[in-house]
Amino acid sequence: MRFTKDHEWIAQSGDVATVGITNYAAEQLGDVVFVELPEVGRTLKPGDSLAVVESVKAASDVYSPISGEVVEINEQLSGNPEGVNQSPEDLAWFAKVRLSNPSELDGLMDRAAYEDYLAGL
Amino acid sequence: MSMLSTGRPTRPEQVITRPATLTGAEGLLQHEPLIFELGGWDKTGVDLPPVPADFAEDDLGDLLRVEPIGLPGLSEPETVRHYVRLSQQNHAIDLALYPLGSCTMKHNPRLNEKMARLPGFADIHPLQPVSTVQGALQLIDELAHWLKTLTGLPAVAMTPKAGAHGELCGILAITAAHRAKGDTARDTVLVPTSAHGTNPATAAFVGYKVQEIAQTADGRVDLADLEAKLGPHVAAIMVTNPNTCGLFEREVREIARLTHAAGAFFYCDGANFNAIVGRVRPGDLGVDAMHINLHKTFSTPHGGGGPGAGPVVLSAALAPFAPVPYVTHGPDGFDLCEADAQAFGRMCAFNGQMGMFVRAYAYMLSHGADGLRQAAEDAVLNANYIKARLSKVMSPAFPDGPCMHEALFDDHWLEDTGVTTLDFAKAMIDEGFHPMTMYFPLVVHGAMLIEPTETESKAELDRFCDMVEALAGAVRAGDVDRFKGAPFHAPRRRLDETQAARKPRLKWTEPAPQAIAAE
Repeated sequence: MRFTKDHEWIAQSGDVATVGITNYAAEQLGDVVFVELPEVGRTLKPGDSLAVVESVKAASDVYSPISGEVVEINEQLSGNPEGVNQSPEDLAWFAKVRLSNPSELDGLMDRAAYEDYLAGL
Repeated sequence: MSMLSTGRPTRPEQVITRPATLTGAEGLLQHEPLIFELGGWDKTGVDLPPVPADFAEDDLGDLLRVEPIGLPGLSEPETVRHYVRLSQQNHAIDLALYPLGSCTMKHNPRLNEKMARLPGFADIHPLQPVSTVQGALQLIDELAHWLKTLTGLPAVAMTPKAGAHGELCGILAITAAHRAKGDTARDTVLVPTSAHGTNPATAAFVGYKVQEIAQTADGRVDLADLEAKLGPHVAAIMVTNPNTCGLFEREVREIARLTHAAGAFFYCDGANFNAIVGRVRPGDLGVDAMHINLHKTFSTPHGGGGPGAGPVVLSAALAPFAPVPYVTHGPDGFDLCEADAQAFGRMCAFNGQMGMFVRAYAYMLSHGADGLRQAAEDAVLNANYIKARLSKVMSPAFPDGPCMHEALFDDHWLEDTGVTTLDFAKAMIDEGFHPMTMYFPLVVHGAMLIEPTETESKAELDRFCDMVEALAGAVRAGDVDRFKGAPFHAPRRRLDETQAARKPRLKWTEPAPQAIAAE
């Protein structure tokens, strides 16, 4: 699993990567009340808004850390936004993306680096 | 001797307990149900004419109502009492200090109300012939003159009906100006991270992409980031000055220079104009468009007390695109221009919020130039008094230097106490004070934004600061229970915001018949 400074995680499996938000992000957002997911088939490049997470506190964009095409979204989240608080780094993934440039993941942090980054916030 | 004392005691007995009331009311304050729970459908407070003898239900075809309409039936006194009781459970600027940062809840002078009720202003209709409303048009024209004078800009669109409506007007004028030059490639609006949420919403509503400009450690626009993000794709920047951290953008002229050099326009969010009115003319800073919240800077009632009004001043480059209608003045007196080929369109059907124009104009005339300037200075002085006093018990977000009209604190001082900004705000309600703005601006963690306005006396500011200091003392003493469940003494306990957002109940539904029978 790789991590971004904007608190997205990304897990690669072959040429498809799963994207979600981290425990830290879910905790900071507070109770999530709405998740807006991208359409399947959308093409993303790094920095594009992948999803919108709305919590009681704020509405926040989730940015795509990578380029590729959305091949699947987590339909469960639309009727069950609290899932993002319950299992952010596992069950509450947002989207699966077919990577067009897997080397982009190399620039992201690993777990240890991300935890160091959090400690410095 | 004959005595008619009827046994009435004239001194209170010593009361040792405070029993709960049998009805749930608190003294003469009633527990007030919803209006639907109050009024049955079996009666009505309105006398309706009898159904005409020749009325045939068939005339309505499939428009015939098949279910009861479901409106509560209340008599006039029941209706009046319902809303007066609700108003007793609410807060208002006429009750006490209302320190909502960025909202400028200042006193609404009664002179303004008196002027707005003059029949020549209050009883006119937008469709009257202009020859019969010359005085009203003259007032709009003179108010426009002073708004232009105070801002140093040559034109003003009077019709927008609130701050965000004014933003929309300004961005539409900017779009029209770019298009008139054949410049259609600009698809982005830059907005600082500390902006009011309406700024990016306005830009997105018009169809622009929104890009954020970073903030410096001292709470201001990061010029290097601005310069890096400006380019031929940027239509405008939207900057609030003073900004939502309560700080003056010291580099505002450089912001304007960079923006103009990139061919973009400088939209200023004028929500905080009350801090600088009479001292700074935004036109001199390089602003191209700015809305003026008459309901903030010029004291017209808002926040449930009245509608907003958001006239937009425009630079010479944007003036030709101002929306219709607008007031003109010719040899035959005042008139309304309803058609202008260059205007980008129309913001609303008629000519804006007349009642607010009268109040704002009355405020201007009764204060004069020196009075408006002093109002701005006193607003800044009051905010700095709060900042100075409360910095001893709370953590100011930007400790260095003075603030403008609002004092911003973060929740650093609450760390590890078990009390959050929300808890602290709710406890303030128990102590008889409306809380400040919380969790805004978003760039400051656990933000508490206090705007006392110029209308509060030192005694009132001290009462407020005494209360905050006392509550801060309770936090330090570990009295967490006082905060976690607050408010305890308000008409309602703390709301479940999560449930309200996840599973909102937006419509009252009649309880099932058996539930009624069981009561």
